[in-house]
Amino acid sequence: MVSRYDLSHAFGIKGGNFAKAGSVSIDIKEILRELGIDPAIVRRAAIAAYEAEMNVVMYADKGEMVLRLNPKAIRITLEDEGPGIKDIEMAMQEGYSTATEEIREMGFGAGMGLPNIKKNADVFELKSTVGKGTSYNIIIYLNSTEKT
Amino acid sequence: MSHYFHSVSVDVDKCDGRRRCMRVCPTQAIRIRNGKAVILEEKCIDCGECIKACPNEAIVVLTDPIGELNRFKYTVAVPSPALYAQFGRSILPDKILAGLKKIGFDDTHDLAITCGDTSLAIEHFLEEYSGPKPLISNCCPSVVSLIQVRYPQLVDHIIPIKLPKRLAAKEIKERKSKELGLKPDEIGTFYITPCPVKMIAIKQPPSEEECYLDGAISIADIYGPLLSALESEDKGNYRKSLESICILGIGWAVAGGMHRTQGLKNVLDVSGITEIITTFDDIERGKLQNVDLVVAYTCPQGCVGGSLTVENRYISYNKILRLLETLEQENIEACRDKREIRERYRRKYFHMQQKYEPRPIQALDEDLGKAIKKREKKQRIYDSLPKVDCGICGAPTCLTFAEDVVKGDTQLSDCIFNVPSRFKELTSELSRLLDTFGSMGEGKGRKPRKEKRRKKS
Repeated sequence: MVSRYDLSHAFGIKGGNFAKAGSVSIDIKEILRELGIDPAIVRRAAIAAYEAEMNVVMYADKGEMVLRLNPKAIRITLEDEGPGIKDIEMAMQEGYSTATEEIREMGFGAGMGLPNIKKNADVFELKSTVGKGTSYNIIIYLNSTEKT
Repeated sequence: MSHYFHSVSVDVDKCDGRRRCMRVCPTQAIRIRNGKAVILEEKCIDCGECIKACPNEAIVVLTDPIGELNRFKYTVAVPSPALYAQFGRSILPDKILAGLKKIGFDDTHDLAITCGDTSLAIEHFLEEYSGPKPLISNCCPSVVSLIQVRYPQLVDHIIPIKLPKRLAAKEIKERKSKELGLKPDEIGTFYITPCPVKMIAIKQPPSEEECYLDGAISIADIYGPLLSALESEDKGNYRKSLESICILGIGWAVAGGMHRTQGLKNVLDVSGITEIITTFDDIERGKLQNVDLVVAYTCPQGCVGGSLTVENRYISYNKILRLLETLEQENIEACRDKREIRERYRRKYFHMQQKYEPRPIQALDEDLGKAIKKREKKQRIYDSLPKVDCGICGAPTCLTFAEDVVKGDTQLSDCIFNVPSRFKELTSELSRLLDTFGSMGEGKGRKPRKEKRRKKS
């Protein structure tokens, strides 16, 4: 497990702000790219960050995402204030969604968000308190041998 | 650092550093250094935006002059379908091809036909493709460069089918050398181009494959002579002219054309660099996976909007559209036999031998620890800047300026907003010096007073 991170950058996300949706994950992608991280890893991090960001935009009131990095791993954490997730196990299944009709009509909320984070992350931990909010812990190792 | 061939360069004698090119460059590849524009090789994608922006015509495009034809025993013009959109509606492609012969080419090749062949090949490719989606068309070389530079992870999405002009050039050289008993290098194949980026595919092919095109002549350069040649051209039979047009190929000149003529269902057409960046950001985040193919042109409206064209891009776009409508109504296709194309496709005639390679922008430092430090420094510098992107320092934005400072390409003092604080520093330094000199002039025995004064400040 990695403890110290050399880079730490926080981003605020507003719930319901679809106009700006996705901008945090683009910023994260830009930062990782300019640090010379392998493009394949940058893409995984960008997808995971995007899905987490969209969850705040779609369901929560607000959230703070923090990107951390050291020579071994990328860590993305997100704390949001919102309704929380009742059944995490269900939410992790592909196609399961609690999105409203309006959100679905916009092409979001297909129930792929959380499974997609899981697919792209080496470590994905999700904790939630109903009525309070959800916290995400996403780790992607820079070197594939770090996993073991 | 590896070197990339670029089709645009700066004529330093003409450039007076007015920064218009720097402001329009979509990849922030231009800086003003010592009063002159400098193009950063690794960032430039040859889109040609700077050419139109420059009031002094100081951005030079590396196309060939018509005089180049004399180098060859036999010459063939291979015009981009965008050329067909530059003239009035009654002037159809066969007349334009005849006009090209009048102004000095020995023969012409209707590239729309090869484009039509390629359209069919793309259709076959889509049918059997099962990799990551959406696929991205390689028809605009600027889009390919943009992917290689900014979206290196998406290079696998680029469709690996050869470009029509290169297929055509090879075919011409092989056929003509047989027919005329000439060596292939005695036959000159010239692409008539709507934009500078098409030069790249000639001078530096995206892969190691050999290119049979010998040069490219800009539509703008050839327009005048061609127009006068067309005036004396007999109008001929309109219907007969119409029947010679390959509907599948003519659509390549405009955004959405390829899609419309082929009846492909899941294709997204994008034009204009900002729109493309938005779309590619989405693809990179895993969206648009239900789309089969994205056909993107960096020039608005497609190749008809190229920086080396003459006609207003919306007028020429409309011309192609009307032509497509007429051809559809009249049920004219005039393309090559579909079975023959399928046969060629099976023989891998259309397949590129090599894949596109990414060319990601250099990191702040090769060592990750150092890169992180540099990024922190960049952030600190950026936070201290006014963020108005005035461009006076010679960088297009405050962010790029901060990056340049960290990379050591420029100095923080180049920011004009640092001048007042620097001025303040200098004045206080100056008054301190004046004080020292002043007290020196006041003679000996007054040292204690000077010390007292110093304490005060």
